[in-house]
Amino acid sequence: MSFLSNFISGLSLGSIYALIALGYTMVYGIAKMLNFAHGDVIMVGAFTVIVVVNSLGLPGVVGILASVLICVLMGVTIERIAYKPLRSSPPLSVLITAIGVSYFLQSLALLIFGSTQKSFPKVFTVAPVHLGELTIKGESIETLAVTTVIMVGLTLFINKTKMGKAMRAVSEDREAAELMGISVNRTITVTFAIGSALAAVAGLFFGATYGFIGPYSGAMPGIKAFVAAVFGGIGSIPGAMLGGILLGIIENLAKAYISTELSDAIVFGVLVLVLLVKPTGLLGKKINEKV
Amino acid sequence: MKKPKLRKSTVNNLITYAIVALFYIVVTVMIQTGNASRHMQSLLVPICVNIVLAVSLNLVIGFLGELSLGHAAFMSVGAYTGGLLSIFLKKALPDLPVMVRFPLSILAGGILAAIFGALVCVVVLRLKGDYLAIVTLAFGEILRSIVINLEFTGGASGLKGVPQNASFTYGIILVFITLFVIQNLAKSKHGRAIQALRDNTIAATSVGINATRYKLLVFTLAAFFAGMAGVLYSHNYSILTAGTFDYNYSIEILVMVVLGGIGSVRGSVIAAALIAILPEMLRSLQDYRMLIYAIVLIVMMLFTSNEQLKLMVAKYSPVNAVKNALAAKKVKKEEN
Amino acid sequence: MAAVKPSERIMVPLPSHSIVPIEDMHKAPVLQTHQLGIDFGGLTAVNNLNLAIGPTEICGLIGPNGAGKTTVFNLLTNVYQPTRGTILLDGYDTKGKSCDQVSKMGIARTFQNIRLFGKMTVMDNVKIGMHNQLHTSFMSSVTHSFGYKKAEKQAYDKAKELLDFFGMADLRHHEAGSLPYGAQRRLEIIRALATNPKILLLDEPAAGMNPSETAELMENIRRIRDEFQIAVMLIEHDMNLVMGICEGICVLNYGEIIAKGTPDEIKANPKVIEAYLGKKAD
Repeated sequence: MSFLSNFISGLSLGSIYALIALGYTMVYGIAKMLNFAHGDVIMVGAFTVIVVVNSLGLPGVVGILASVLICVLMGVTIERIAYKPLRSSPPLSVLITAIGVSYFLQSLALLIFGSTQKSFPKVFTVAPVHLGELTIKGESIETLAVTTVIMVGLTLFINKTKMGKAMRAVSEDREAAELMGISVNRTITVTFAIGSALAAVAGLFFGATYGFIGPYSGAMPGIKAFVAAVFGGIGSIPGAMLGGILLGIIENLAKAYISTELSDAIVFGVLVLVLLVKPTGLLGKKINEKV
Repeated sequence: MKKPKLRKSTVNNLITYAIVALFYIVVTVMIQTGNASRHMQSLLVPICVNIVLAVSLNLVIGFLGELSLGHAAFMSVGAYTGGLLSIFLKKALPDLPVMVRFPLSILAGGILAAIFGALVCVVVLRLKGDYLAIVTLAFGEILRSIVINLEFTGGASGLKGVPQNASFTYGIILVFITLFVIQNLAKSKHGRAIQALRDNTIAATSVGINATRYKLLVFTLAAFFAGMAGVLYSHNYSILTAGTFDYNYSIEILVMVVLGGIGSVRGSVIAAALIAILPEMLRSLQDYRMLIYAIVLIVMMLFTSNEQLKLMVAKYSPVNAVKNALAAKKVKKEEN
Repeated sequence: MAAVKPSERIMVPLPSHSIVPIEDMHKAPVLQTHQLGIDFGGLTAVNNLNLAIGPTEICGLIGPNGAGKTTVFNLLTNVYQPTRGTILLDGYDTKGKSCDQVSKMGIARTFQNIRLFGKMTVMDNVKIGMHNQLHTSFMSSVTHSFGYKKAEKQAYDKAKELLDFFGMADLRHHEAGSLPYGAQRRLEIIRALATNPKILLLDEPAAGMNPSETAELMENIRRIRDEFQIAVMLIEHDMNLVMGICEGICVLNYGEIIAKGTPDEIKANPKVIEAYLGKKAD
């Protein structure tokens, strides 16, 4: 494989990371918590598609819609049951709860689907494009296209709509936003809903790219997407996009030119490096603790 | 009313020692009289390993107030160091008695793990909370992929030939040392300083407590004990694989700490033993083990951190009912 | 301003504009700042701050809300690193020191929003304040050897003595967070004193207190100065307190000192009246 085709598949993987990272960064910015279970929502989304398309024999479009719907419902329910009661608790309790939720989703999927990976259905197919020597896979094209559309839409949503303004306000100062009549609970719910919908889409592309899904399929991309969110600057939406795409490219190039086994270690190395050199990430803002 | 607080904490520590001592005596008697099944005996070392791991992780979570998701990784550093050293010593000095060789390996494993703990801490020095947790997790994953790719650790197929020197007595001694060091430390000026940093970092540094120094101390010490537990672990099985010490193992240790109550040493001891025994006792629940862990984490956090739920627990808890009844009796006595 | 090595002690006489108690007149100031300033992004929060506080002076720092008073405290205790200028404590430069090192050098403080260790006992709070005077090695604290017991006993006795001085010894086994508000404020001062400081910075010590509590506080601040022979610098909005106990007052507005002087001089200063007192009905 040439450098360019590695680069393009890195770009496609990076777009998936970016979609997941958006969910992390929005929830982190607005609810001030690391939703550890976010990665596992991807797995749930992908399994939904598998069940609807493979087991029920329904068309792919239904699978996609069902996946988005289930993920949104689940994201909102998780927030309601597990995170909302802890909103004024120490961050450590919230983090441990989130880890518990992540573990819960994984072990539930393990009980239902077993540990063997299930093959992911071909929901839609785009023909690969040949440019001279270079072949771009269909999945890469559709991932890149859809991700671009989603990112533009999300940016418009955050900047132009009333809800988007409310989100920015809550992320800046929760108490002040509440005093201005913004419903913090509703804003956080919407944030979780959007993040989960994005995770469902990411799950779709992840399944399409790798072909197989197991109970732990969401964990690694989830953690890597968090690395991407930190890389780009947590809380920043353009940062999540940038971080995701850069991380995907780094991972793919590391796989191609250094070592497949060590590629995960290299991705985590990036995290450690970023936190050491610029803990606020590429596009993040510095937050001063008030004394 | 003469120093009741001091005495209470001393009594608390003594109860913990007593529980462990009683456990040791009962089990030893059972083994001597032939009442202990082979299966039960095979659980004894894992129980000790778990206790040391849980108590040392509690030092980070309960006393420093930070979450480390790399505890299993520190354990693996100890497991491999101790295992390799024992293999080497057995070959190089075949006359060296096990009583010297094994403690030497334990110490070496602990020290190397402590060095790793200090290194990780230097990286996360400026971080806290979520970031710190993720970096420790990343460290564990990095370490695991390195171990798998190395030649002398046996790679992915695992390390074979570690002498099986671990015994219940060694395990209990290690448990006692861990308890002794951590409980005493918690009561000293250093322990106070660590808890002060947890409760209010700014106030603690304003009275002259060096945050960096104590973070480093806690991480190093916790890794030291995790490493020693790892050596005990590696000398209990015929094969050592890097896959054992993954993220899931770190979560299992976290479950022990959370189940026992964050910050409670005695709770960690009991929960660690329970987690080692229960899955073996309830074979039918084996498939649900992970699910139960997950639920333990969520439910424990909800009921200990949410004010309303906490009050509800306090109202209906039988332990509190007994406590309140005793307190009421005392008040009445004093009134008379 | 030439760079000053941290180890070099610089002896500077008290500048003539500082208002100090008579017995301090010929002594070097305990705390001195020179052209101190800090910027947050593009915003200048504190600028050109020149202070000199005598070794046993009670000095007030007043000014309208948002004038930068707490920022000055945060600069003096190195919570924020200054953008420019120098801080000399007893002649030693505090540049580049961490908060805990500054505390060891002799600056202690309280906080506007009380920052006690709420889950710990009153006694433990004071003992934590004595952290750097307790010499227990790691080994002796792990083994609970003789050295540990001796140090703990000394700490207990000294902490009790300090609590006694403020009439709080009976509360020593109570949880700090469960104390009434006034007692919490007092405990925070005791904890700061336990660090054995040369200067004590009090950030709005009378906030939320009723007149009789405030009167008691004033008495306590005087007793602290007299008994411990240290300087006290306080931020306060209660003018009766400030005018009643301070020997020198600095008025801060928009991050710069607009007036310095005795309480009487400050009361008469038109700049101050315009910026601050003028807003009041009296």
